[in-house]
Amino acid sequence: MSDQTIPCIELNGKPIPFQAGESIMQAATQAGVYIPHLCHHPDVSPHGSCRVCIVKVNGRVKASCITPAEEGAVVESECDEIRQLRKRLIQMLFVEGNHFCPSCEMSGQCQLQALAYDLNMLDTHFDHFYPNRAIDCTHPDIILDRDRCINCDLCVRASAQIDNKQALSLGGRGQQTHLQANCESGLLKDSGIESQDKAMHICPVGALLPKNNHYPQITGERIYDKAPISEVGNVRPENHQGDQTKGPIS
Amino acid sequence: MKKVVIEPVSRVEGHGKVTLHVDDDGQVQEARLHIVEFRGFERFIEGRPYWELPLVVQRLCGICPVSHHLAAGKAIDQIAGVSQLSAPAEKLRRLMHWGQTLQSHALHFFHLASPDLLFGMQSEVEKRNVVAVIEAYPDIALKGVKLRKYGQDIIKAISGKKVHGIAAIPGGMNRALKPEEIRTLKEPLNDIIAWSKDAVDIARSLYEQNQPFNANFASLSTPYLSLVSSNGDWEIYDGNMRIKEPNGDIFKDQYPCSEYFNLINEQVKNWSYMKFPFLVEKGTEQGWYRVGPLARVNNCDRFSTPLAEAARQQFMAQSSYGLPHATLAYHWARMIEVLHCAEAIQDILNDNDLTSEDLKRDGQRQATGIGVIEAPRGTLFHHYEVNEDDQVTMANLIVSTTSNNRAMNESIRKVANDHLSGQTLTPELLNLVEVAIRAYDPCLSCATHAMGKMPLQVELLNQQGQQLDKITRSHTGEIA
Ligand code: SF4
Ligand code: FES
Repeated sequence: MSDQTIPCIELNGKPIPFQAGESIMQAATQAGVYIPHLCHHPDVSPHGSCRVCIVKVNGRVKASCITPAEEGAVVESECDEIRQLRKRLIQMLFVEGNHFCPSCEMSGQCQLQALAYDLNMLDTHFDHFYPNRAIDCTHPDIILDRDRCINCDLCVRASAQIDNKQALSLGGRGQQTHLQANCESGLLKDSGIESQDKAMHICPVGALLPKNNHYPQITGERIYDKAPISEVGNVRPENHQGDQTKGPIS
Repeated sequence: MKKVVIEPVSRVEGHGKVTLHVDDDGQVQEARLHIVEFRGFERFIEGRPYWELPLVVQRLCGICPVSHHLAAGKAIDQIAGVSQLSAPAEKLRRLMHWGQTLQSHALHFFHLASPDLLFGMQSEVEKRNVVAVIEAYPDIALKGVKLRKYGQDIIKAISGKKVHGIAAIPGGMNRALKPEEIRTLKEPLNDIIAWSKDAVDIARSLYEQNQPFNANFASLSTPYLSLVSSNGDWEIYDGNMRIKEPNGDIFKDQYPCSEYFNLINEQVKNWSYMKFPFLVEKGTEQGWYRVGPLARVNNCDRFSTPLAEAARQQFMAQSSYGLPHATLAYHWARMIEVLHCAEAIQDILNDNDLTSEDLKRDGQRQATGIGVIEAPRGTLFHHYEVNEDDQVTMANLIVSTTSNNRAMNESIRKVANDHLSGQTLTPELLNLVEVAIRAYDPCLSCATHAMGKMPLQVELLNQQGQQLDKITRSHTGEIA
């Protein structure tokens, strides 16, 4: 096949090749271009719920994780309009939950917080909901802090698609949507989830956390203290050591 | 009874309001420092996993967050079942705490208290701030700024930030120091020690130059409570409690911190959010006591470092009988502590343990953790109960300023009785009341913004609550 026959999209003015069936997000990731995202992870099926991955495709705003790449499509992921919309989405995620960054173990490693910094978010713009959400500490090794959960469904999909467990699910509707343990008691300890599960290593925020991993880095040495998310992408702490990011950047 | 209202107190970290309750003969029967702040941290903590405590509670205070961080750190060590940290972890915590005490004391003395001390308590309002000190005494002011910065540098090296960093984890610390960080911290040490010595000299001569006024001003003969080490040395990170009677006799010694609740009780009064701790055995009226630099220096047998110990002996020599009780001697004692911290920092920076990775111990999970520490302002108690799921179910905090609550009221009362003339409220009296409160360096949250320019309001009320007189000081110092 000659170069001319490989289909390309134009992303931020540059040609990006893709294979048939790939989403814009997948094509961008393979080309090393970071499009901000929260509910997407290359190891599980796309969900299209957080909308943080919005881009302009031929002038229309679309979620890049669920929009197929099409030959010749003109895509913009970092124009002012998209960044402003994205900032509003991040602000909504902040006011919907209870995010006390100062004492959160994932502060400095949290993708939501990192995007807020990257988008120069200086306030929450919207009024806080201050929802009343229960924390689940019943599991001996794992804690689920629903205050910080953004209902991205990543852990749900990871549990079902990679761990083959379906330990978790999203329940409720609208503002009442919440992550629940898929078992009669509704408690994490009875859900079958375990520390080594992929579901435990995919949360973009500090909602699903191991109990024994307390603040491993001082301020200044955490992932996003060192480089913005636009440079290093969505990195989990276990894929990061020193200044090095191990494994593929997503 | 008439009531004089002073509101809010400037250059104290937070809003305060003072009412003076005067009888028909003009005698001040009672002075009340009304603490109107209420943060409700104890409730906020409930349900949280215990290892978050050092990070949550350090937000209680922007001036001595390290003290809260470490007190909670000590408590969660116990919850994690660790009664003895590794030597490197304990040394890092001590170093951090010395850095914290140094910076907090330097901030208070040079930025907040020195205008009164250098220019006099009745200096015009334009002078009552650190900028004026810098102009008039650039050398002294610069030393203060640098001392404070050095303490902050230590905190930052250990926790990553000057304020609200991350250091204590259950059973240890999360990071050792790097050799290059230690090298950098060692560089200015000779200056730091020299400036700390100067600070003691400044504090002492300021105190001695205006006698007997300073010795008598707001002075109270009280018991003192503090930690001491197992051999009676001055101690701020660990140890047990000692209480001395006003005459210097020992009332309690090596009292275990884990039983503080048998020693101290707290009284609630309907006019203040801040409670009134007292020694259970002595009761509410006789059992109030003082904490902080004056208490620590009065209580200890010695400092473990030579310069501070020499300074302590000079300090104790001022009083031929009993203990030094002058409230203004708090400043002097505070600077002796700065000197000791500087010496102790110098010693420990030569210790190879600081770079050791042996930082964490494990143990058998416990349900209770009680961390007691000497914060810059005095003994600080953190007490937590945790359920089987690792969630905090109960938190009780007694912060240093709370222990000095009654003493502050009594000092105000003494100042008012000594200086209130008739029914007239004067700006001079307001200044004196402020100076008395400030000697305790209370951690009420807005002192750093205030710098002598907070508006004050005084009301004179009779027994029926009618206003007889009113005086207001605006933020520009204008009296209306
Ligand atoms: S726990 Fe984390 S991964 Fe799971 S839904 Fe909530 S935010 Fe997403
Ligand atoms: S990442 Fe595409 S919608 Fe969430």
